[in-house]
Amino acid sequence: METLFGIVVDGVTYGMILFIISVGLSVTLGLMRVVNLAHGAFAMVAGYVASYAAQGLGLPYAVGLVAAILFTVLATLPLEKLLYRRIYGSANELAQVLLTIGLTFVIVAGINYLFGPTLKRIPLPDALLGTVAIGPKSIPVHRAFVIAMGAATVLGLWWLLERTDFGIKLRAAVDDPNMAAALGIRTERLYTATFALGTGLAALGGVLGAELLPLEPYYAIRYIVLFLAVVAVGGAGNILGLAAAALALGIVDTAGKYLIPSFGEFFFYAALILILFRWPHGFFQGRAA
Amino acid sequence: MGAVATGQTPQAAARAPRLRRALGGAVVPLLAAAGLAAFWLFPNDLGLMTRIAATALYVLSLDLVLGFGGIATLGQAAMFGSGAYAAGIAAVHLVNDPLVLLAVGGLAGGLVALVTGALILHARGLTLLMLTIAVVQIVQEVVNKARDLTGGSDGLSGIEPSPLFGLFRFDMFGRTSYLFALAVLLVGFLVARRIVRSPFGLACRGVKEDPLRVAALGGSPRRYLVTLYAVAGVFAGVAGALTAVTSGIVGLDSVSFSWSAEALVMLVLGGAGRLVGAVIGTVAFMTIHHVMAAIDPFHWMLFIGLFLMGTVLFLPGGIASLADRFIKGNRT
Repeated sequence: METLFGIVVDGVTYGMILFIISVGLSVTLGLMRVVNLAHGAFAMVAGYVASYAAQGLGLPYAVGLVAAILFTVLATLPLEKLLYRRIYGSANELAQVLLTIGLTFVIVAGINYLFGPTLKRIPLPDALLGTVAIGPKSIPVHRAFVIAMGAATVLGLWWLLERTDFGIKLRAAVDDPNMAAALGIRTERLYTATFALGTGLAALGGVLGAELLPLEPYYAIRYIVLFLAVVAVGGAGNILGLAAAALALGIVDTAGKYLIPSFGEFFFYAALILILFRWPHGFFQGRAA
Repeated sequence: MGAVATGQTPQAAARAPRLRRALGGAVVPLLAAAGLAAFWLFPNDLGLMTRIAATALYVLSLDLVLGFGGIATLGQAAMFGSGAYAAGIAAVHLVNDPLVLLAVGGLAGGLVALVTGALILHARGLTLLMLTIAVVQIVQEVVNKARDLTGGSDGLSGIEPSPLFGLFRFDMFGRTSYLFALAVLLVGFLVARRIVRSPFGLACRGVKEDPLRVAALGGSPRRYLVTLYAVAGVFAGVAGALTAVTSGIVGLDSVSFSWSAEALVMLVLGGAGRLVGAVIGTVAFMTIHHVMAAIDPFHWMLFIGLFLMGTVLFLPGGIASLADRFIKGNRT
C-alpha cells in the first residue's frame, strides 16, 4: 500500500514533467511536421539559466523561473526564423533529424563551455520544501507543486486551444495547413507563435523537472528519447492524448523502477513497443507525422 | 537497366560522362589500394584502422536500409551488437575459428533484424523511428541483464580467435586483424553492390520512391522492406562479429542508441544512397573524431554539430556528391 502510494505520487509527478516538456514537441510536430530533436536542449538551457539565476545571482525561485522561460523563448526565436523555417513540413525526415541533432550538439558543447560538465542544481525555496498532508498520507510539497503546475498547464492549454481565436486557427492549421492559409490565416505568424509556445513549455518543464531529470550537459541527448516516446504514444498534436500518454508512461516507468529496479528502462520501452505495435499513430489517433 | 541502377533518368545517364562510369568500376580496386597503402603508411595506427574497416561495414548496412530502402532508423546498433555478442559468446564457449565467428555474428544480426523488422516495419515516420530506438534499448537491457553470458556492464572479454585459415595468427601488432578486416569489408562491399543492382535492390528503391505504385504493380512493399532490413542486419551482424574478433572485447556501447546515431552521422557525412559514401563517411568521421576527441570531446561535439547543420543546409548529398558536382560540372 505504501509502495502503491509512492508509485502513484512519483509516477504522476514524473508524468506531469514529461507532459509539460513533450506538449510543445507534440504541437510543433503536429503543426509544422518537424521532428525537433533539439527540444530537450531548449529545456536544458532553461534549467541552466534558472540555476544560474538562483545560484549565481541569488534571485528568488519564481523570478528565476520566469527569467529562464523568457530567455529561452527569446533565444530560440531567431533559430526558428533562420533554421526551422527551412525544414517545415519537409518530406525529408532525415534532414530534420540531422539538422536538429546538429543543433543539439552545438548547444551541448556551448553549455559545457559556459557552465562546465558538473551537475547543476536549482535550489528550491523554503515554501517548496517539507511535506503537505493529503488525507492520512503526506507528500513532498515540491511534488504537489509540480502536479499542480502540470494540471494547470493541461487546463490552460485546453482553454487556449478550444476557447480562443488563436486555438481555432491553430487547430485549423494542424488539420489542413493549405486550406487554412487559403482562408486567410497567417500561418507564418501562427508557426512563430506556436514555436514560441512550445519552447516556453519546454523551458517550464526543464526548470520544474530539474529534480527528476538532473541538469548536466548530456541532458539534451539523454532525455529526448523519452519526450519523443511520449509524443509517439500520445499522437502528435493531441493535447489530451498526450497528457494520458505522459501519465501512463510516467507511472509504468516509476512502477518498474520501484518494483524491479534492476531492469532499468526495460518496462518503459516494452510498453512503448506494445502500444505502438497496436496503435501505430498513437494511442489517441493524432496526425501521422 | 543500367540507367536505373545508377539512380538516374535515362537521359541523364546518357549524358553522364565516361569518367563517371570508369570511376564506378574502379571503386573496389581503389578501396583495396587505399587500404593497403594505409597499411604501409601508418603501421602504428593499425588498431584504429581495423576499427574503421569494421565500422565501415556497419555503416554500409545502414546505407542499405536507409539509402536504398528509405527506412529512417536509429536502431542499427541492435543488429551490430547482437552480432558482436553472439560471436563473442560463441568464441568464449564453443568455437574460435574467425570465419565461423563471422557467420555466427551475421546469423544473429540477420535473425534479430528479421524478427524486429517484421514487428515494426508496418509503421512510418516518427513512430518507426521510436520503435527502432525502443528495440535497441530493449536489446541493451537484455544484454545488460544476462550477466552470466555477456558480462553485463563489465563487457565480454576473453575472445581469442584461432589463426585465420589455420595459417595466420592474430599477432599483437594487429597486422592480421587489419588485413582480415579490410578483406571482409571489400567482400561485403562487393556483395552489397550486387544486392543493390539486383532486381530485388531495384524493387527496394521503388518502395522508397513510391510504395503505393509498387503495391499497385503487385509487389508487397512491406515484404521488400523486411527482407532488406534482414539482409542489412546480416551485414551489421558480421561487422559486429568482426569488431569482436579483431578487438577481443565487446562492450554495452556496441548496442546503444548513440552508436546507432553515430552510424547515421557517418553515413550522412559520406552521402546516403551510394555505397562508397558509407565508406568515405566512416573514414572521414573516425579519423577526425580520433584526432579531435583526443583534445576535448565537447569541442568535437561543436564541430560535428555545426557540420551536420551545414550539410543539411548546403550539401544535402554528403561528401560523395561533391565528386558528382565536380564531374557533372555543377549542374545541380
